[in-house]
Amino acid sequence: MTTISSAAVASLLPTGHVKKQRRIEKVVVGALALIASSGVIITVGIVFSLMQPTYKFFTERAISGYASDETFVGIEESGAGLRDSSDISFADESLIQYAEPVSLGDFFGSTAWYPQYEDGDFGVLPLIVGTLLVMLTATIVAVPAGIGIAFFLNQYAKERTRRVLKPLLEVLAGVPTVVFGFFALVFVGPYIAKNIWPFSDVGIYSGLAAGITVGLMILPMMATLADDAMAAVPNSLVEGAFALGATRREVCTGVILPAGLSGIMAAVIIALSRAIGETTIVLLAAGSQAVWTFNLGSEMQTMASYIGFAGIGDQPVDSKGYQTIFAVGLLLFIITFGLNMLSRKVVKRFREVYE
Amino acid sequence: MTTPQLVASLSDSTSSSRRSKDTLFLTVLWASLLLALLTLAALVINTLISGASSLSWNFITFFPSPFPEDSGIQSALFGSLWVTLTSGVISLSLALGTAIYLEEFTNPDSRLQRFITVNIQTLAGVPSIVYGILGLAFVVRGPLGWGFTVGSAAATLTMMVLPLMIVTTREALKAVPSSLREGSYALGATRWQTVYRQVLPAARPGIATGSILGVSRALGESAPLILLGALAYVSYNPTGFDSDFTVLPLMIFKWATEVQDEYRGLAAAAIVVLLLLLFALNAVAIIIRDRSRIKW
Repeated sequence: MTTISSAAVASLLPTGHVKKQRRIEKVVVGALALIASSGVIITVGIVFSLMQPTYKFFTERAISGYASDETFVGIEESGAGLRDSSDISFADESLIQYAEPVSLGDFFGSTAWYPQYEDGDFGVLPLIVGTLLVMLTATIVAVPAGIGIAFFLNQYAKERTRRVLKPLLEVLAGVPTVVFGFFALVFVGPYIAKNIWPFSDVGIYSGLAAGITVGLMILPMMATLADDAMAAVPNSLVEGAFALGATRREVCTGVILPAGLSGIMAAVIIALSRAIGETTIVLLAAGSQAVWTFNLGSEMQTMASYIGFAGIGDQPVDSKGYQTIFAVGLLLFIITFGLNMLSRKVVKRFREVYE
Repeated sequence: MTTPQLVASLSDSTSSSRRSKDTLFLTVLWASLLLALLTLAALVINTLISGASSLSWNFITFFPSPFPEDSGIQSALFGSLWVTLTSGVISLSLALGTAIYLEEFTNPDSRLQRFITVNIQTLAGVPSIVYGILGLAFVVRGPLGWGFTVGSAAATLTMMVLPLMIVTTREALKAVPSSLREGSYALGATRWQTVYRQVLPAARPGIATGSILGVSRALGESAPLILLGALAYVSYNPTGFDSDFTVLPLMIFKWATEVQDEYRGLAAAAIVVLLLLLFALNAVAIIIRDRSRIKW
């Protein structure tokens, strides 16, 4: 047995330097863990900020929303400073209108949404129907075309074509929604929506123009996600089908579509949830009236566009109108949250596992 | 007869109907593709045509004004710069910390990592207008009460782009091969030394492209800021985090809602500027991605 020099042993023991490193390590891990919790904090913040005013909306009396200008004096015009209800002095106490708490039955059962009037109606159904109509239109535009583009990229395009098309899709996906909104207002509305709707006249603002444009906005995302889902289908299946004499079309519809269905469905659901949450396009293209209608040619509001609209009109904190932002926002949050959960479930439940 | 022809003739007696279906199918695919490309073309051309007459150097340097012919976007450009840079820096630091913690310091199967991952995926699916509500309730009014300022907008946009930033940063860290880490450990480095000296430099291009994507999201975003209540024409540049401001997407929104045609022209011209900025950002991202493609 060889003897180990004491110096060598000493070098293996923790020295001051190593101890310092360990301390640094501990501090770093602690700091990183703290930062990593920021996402959780934001989630808690969202839920909490939505819940509290919504609860008040359903349970408490509040100053009637959008109260007319004569009611208040001394509201600042500029964006500066706080505009709490405490900042507002009332010209005449007797002019203050109060709105009663809204019952859940009225909220989900009534078809009138006029939160701006002093004796307002708070039936959210027109907003829900508006959201569904815009979402359906967007789906009809984006889902078939998105899957078509994905088939093309996946099976038909040569590598060179792919390298041109993918960045173009990325560019389209990167166009801000306010740009699409302007496009809807000056192009899709007057030149497309007006000419293709056979059932009624289409005005400057229509759910149709908004829906088509939202569809065009989510199209590149739909195509990219579907392309990813199709790329996950194992090559052996595709080659097997070709070996059996299938044409490219038959490979697409007979092999890639069913094998990639879970991913494609998840893509559809994610695209839908984007369409439901879209605010700016709908706000610019579909007008500012929450009309109770099933006619796409009419003006309409979606849940998201109502929230944006109510945010433009400056409202005193804790007024009924202010609270509607949160009640509708909570509904929107629950719906999109549910859809995102669903898309994850779909991927898990229906995924075909190969090898 | 060559083999493929033989196979084809044997495989199906109704091959002509199959072939016409194939052609029809390919036509539909081309139509889908054309829809996307025509949208892009129509959008760009339409904007250029309606914006051309308003685009000038004055348009860049003038402030918003009640008279369309004297209107410009200087305050909106500076506002966008302030808000986007601030939210970019903060969200990148938060995203880096989170991504490093999750990728380098926790076990992929641990309950903690799965919980945070699901949480971030959920946040990524939340519509941007909901972040506006959060900003309105917590930052503009409520506990922080900053009012509608550069700081409020930056905080709101930071929360909005954070999930996206975390996802792209994690991808960049994941792409660094584990052999690099193991080599570093073998030489006696601690975990943090390995992360700091080996993993981060190797992941830098990926992180850079990811954060540029996040910044361009913040630059083009309008919905949450509309909700925060800033649609007033602001005729001065921001002076600090507690300053009033407007941003380019909000100017576009405001001008688009005006009825007169002159304002439409202004909106289109502002869109041209916004798109140029976004394309420039994306070009930088692509250059970084191509320059530093390391084969492991």
